Amino acid sequence: MADMTASTPDTTRRKGDTTLGHIVYVLRDNPVTMLAFAMLAFFLGCAFFGPALVPYDPLATNAARALEAPSWDHWFGTDNLGRDVFSRVIVATRLDLTISVAAVALSFVIGSILGSIAGYWGGWLDAALNRCLDTIMAFPLFVLAMGVVAALGNTVENIIYATAIINIPFYARLVRAEVNIRRHSGFAQAAKLAGNSDLRVLAVHIFPNSLPPMMVQVSLNLGWAILNAAGLSFIGLGVAPPTPEWGIMVAEGANFIVSGEWWLAVFPGLWLMLAVFTFNLLGDGLRDIVDPRKRT
Amino acid sequence: MLSIKDLSVAFKTRKGEVNAVRGISLDVAKGKTLGIVGESGSGKSVTSYALMRILDAGGEIRTGEVVYGGIDLRAASERDMRDIRGREISMIFQNPRAALNPIRRVGHQVEDVLIQHAQATRQDANAKAIAALEAVKINDAAARYDAYPFELSGGMCQRIVIAIALACKPQLLIADEPTTGLDITTQKAVMDLVGDLTRERGMGMILITHDLGLASQYCDRIVVMKDGLIVEEGDPHKLFTDPQHAYTRKLVDATPRVGASIRNLLPPETRTAEPAHKVHDRPLLEVRDLVKTYPGKSGPVQAVKSISFQIKSGQSLGLVGESGSGKSTTSEMVVRLQDPTSGNILFDGQDIAATASARFMRHPMRGEIQMVFQDATDSLNPRGTAASAIAEPLARIAKMRGSKLNARVAELAELVGLPQPLLSRFPHQLSGGQKARVGIARAIALEPKLLILDEPTAALDVSIQAIVLNLLVDLRAQMGMSYLFVSHDLNVVRLLCDEVLVMKQGEIVDRGPTASVMDNPSHTYTRSLIEAAPQPPNPVAA
Repeated sequence: MADMTASTPDTTRRKGDTTLGHIVYVLRDNPVTMLAFAMLAFFLGCAFFGPALVPYDPLATNAARALEAPSWDHWFGTDNLGRDVFSRVIVATRLDLTISVAAVALSFVIGSILGSIAGYWGGWLDAALNRCLDTIMAFPLFVLAMGVVAALGNTVENIIYATAIINIPFYARLVRAEVNIRRHSGFAQAAKLAGNSDLRVLAVHIFPNSLPPMMVQVSLNLGWAILNAAGLSFIGLGVAPPTPEWGIMVAEGANFIVSGEWWLAVFPGLWLMLAVFTFNLLGDGLRDIVDPRKRT
Repeated sequence: MLSIKDLSVAFKTRKGEVNAVRGISLDVAKGKTLGIVGESGSGKSVTSYALMRILDAGGEIRTGEVVYGGIDLRAASERDMRDIRGREISMIFQNPRAALNPIRRVGHQVEDVLIQHAQATRQDANAKAIAALEAVKINDAAARYDAYPFELSGGMCQRIVIAIALACKPQLLIADEPTTGLDITTQKAVMDLVGDLTRERGMGMILITHDLGLASQYCDRIVVMKDGLIVEEGDPHKLFTDPQHAYTRKLVDATPRVGASIRNLLPPETRTAEPAHKVHDRPLLEVRDLVKTYPGKSGPVQAVKSISFQIKSGQSLGLVGESGSGKSTTSEMVVRLQDPTSGNILFDGQDIAATASARFMRHPMRGEIQMVFQDATDSLNPRGTAASAIAEPLARIAKMRGSKLNARVAELAELVGLPQPLLSRFPHQLSGGQKARVGIARAIALEPKLLILDEPTAALDVSIQAIVLNLLVDLRAQMGMSYLFVSHDLNVVRLLCDEVLVMKQGEIVDRGPTASVMDNPSHTYTRSLIEAAPQPPNPVAA
């Protein structure tokens, strides 16, 4: 606070100053974040190496051992065709994560662009974009996603597009608000004086400041996207059997709960829950990592 | 009436415990005004929060006692404190708009506190609230009763806050920077009002301020705080004329006042001769019939009404006015962030107003006109380091890259007195004065001919303000820049500017060489501005 001409603070860069150091600090500071990142690492591990590591071929049927309860041979039991539920649950991770990450990335990018434009320039562009987004929001989102998949066809890509479309308004609105409050800020004006065009001021100076709240949105959305994809598969839209996918497995397993074969639906459901849980926990940590103000 | 003994307050933070107040003792006598003066971080506000027991989460009174009229405030229950707050001790806050509920009519907000403390019933609350508004000299109080805070000016809002604070006739009023952010004439009106009311009612008052000049005018006693300690206490006149503690002397020196030169603001041991700056006859900037009209809800609003002025090469022009006078609009048009409705801005003989502000970043003159912004914090991208802020204009306009760029950034940091290690820090890791230096370094990076300074020291402590103003004087002499210095503080303008323009409601009402305008104001408005500025007693030994 005092006179800074005389003081010469330590010249050593503190540990928290590097990006990696900061990430380590955030993880250490909050055990919940640490847990979330550990679980994320586990799911990513499953997605990358799962198919190579699982004990059984997820598609191989074995009529002799159909509908067996969990045992040392089959940790999560077997389904009505004798396929190993554990192998299927693990292998499905890749597909489910791909769908949710791709869908969220797509809506993040499109939503950011639309929201930035609306928030920065305002006027009729803003009004027009907002009404379009309102139209999307006016539909029950899951029904809209069903409609999109039904119209475009039953493929993984179309599930991704459908999930992305229903999430765009959330990102666009968030970015719009964040950009709008900063468009007349001093640093935006200073950037203009430094020779930046409007587009550059927006992209380089204003937009990155909306990342911290966006990260919370992203992590929540990753969870929703998985639920959405599973939901579509559950009602028969989207991924087609026999591809292992959590939603289909829950849907197929649901028929057997009445007759006592609970493991068919419970384990994929549990995995789905854990994945959503992980992404929801991730939010605060991601926000802290991208927020420079946390680097005190 | 109020006695604080050995009070210390600590806050728990992520980096450990911070001792905000470290054992202070003070007394407020009935009917007397005590000034607590200090710079940011001195613990002056925390002291008042502690005695009202409204400390932020994590704050805790560690030791000491606070006794008000025989009641131990530290031991009092929360229920008793609720009765004391507003009824016995009231508080006025820094930002009147933030202190009022934006969606409730101001009259109702006055009623709330009356009813809360059983000073009024539902039936007579309305009449009493209007009486309270009249007491703070609000014209047409019955009509204002129905206004919302956003419909009122800042000064009016502060009056409402004062009305709320005084509604229940408390015995002690705590005013925490009550006039920060208000215009200088409003500041005087508000302070005179508070002074009159406390005198009439025989109330005690604690005035918390960073402005030693203001405190000296309205207080019976002043305590000077630094880093949570009281460094000096005494009679305001004596503090000014014969400060005992080195810190008080530094504060007294740094307070801009009549008769002091800019170097006098610095502590004596760091004073050097003031460098002279050359004013050439050639006009650098010529503004002709500049008009700015905004479309308003009830017809167009003329922010700037056809003004003309010029700045000679090397000259410093002060642009003085209160909020709404159009001075910021004018400076933004000159720096080409806004387009004038009509008129010409000739820079070096070329009409730069002909290029729209949206395309001006590619104009060859872009680097010649730069600006230092009012709020240093707001003008730095929170995601960028100090170095990246300074490098921005160099990289974008001068197309500098790599080691040449780094060398220039280091050179600029040196020039503005910013220690090199701070360059890798983010804005929130820098102090206010350091951020101001970064802002100045960025503005002078391209060696502009004209630098627009929009109240560059308004958010700074006086001792930092003194250093920054002197830095600006040095840079002007070194680089031969012309300044357009926008300010509401005449005492500061007097120190820095050769000529001055006084603006009111979009028009220039007074102009001329600074000394003659200040000493013999021709316009009544200029005179009222000068009279409203606090006049601290002049220290004998300068």
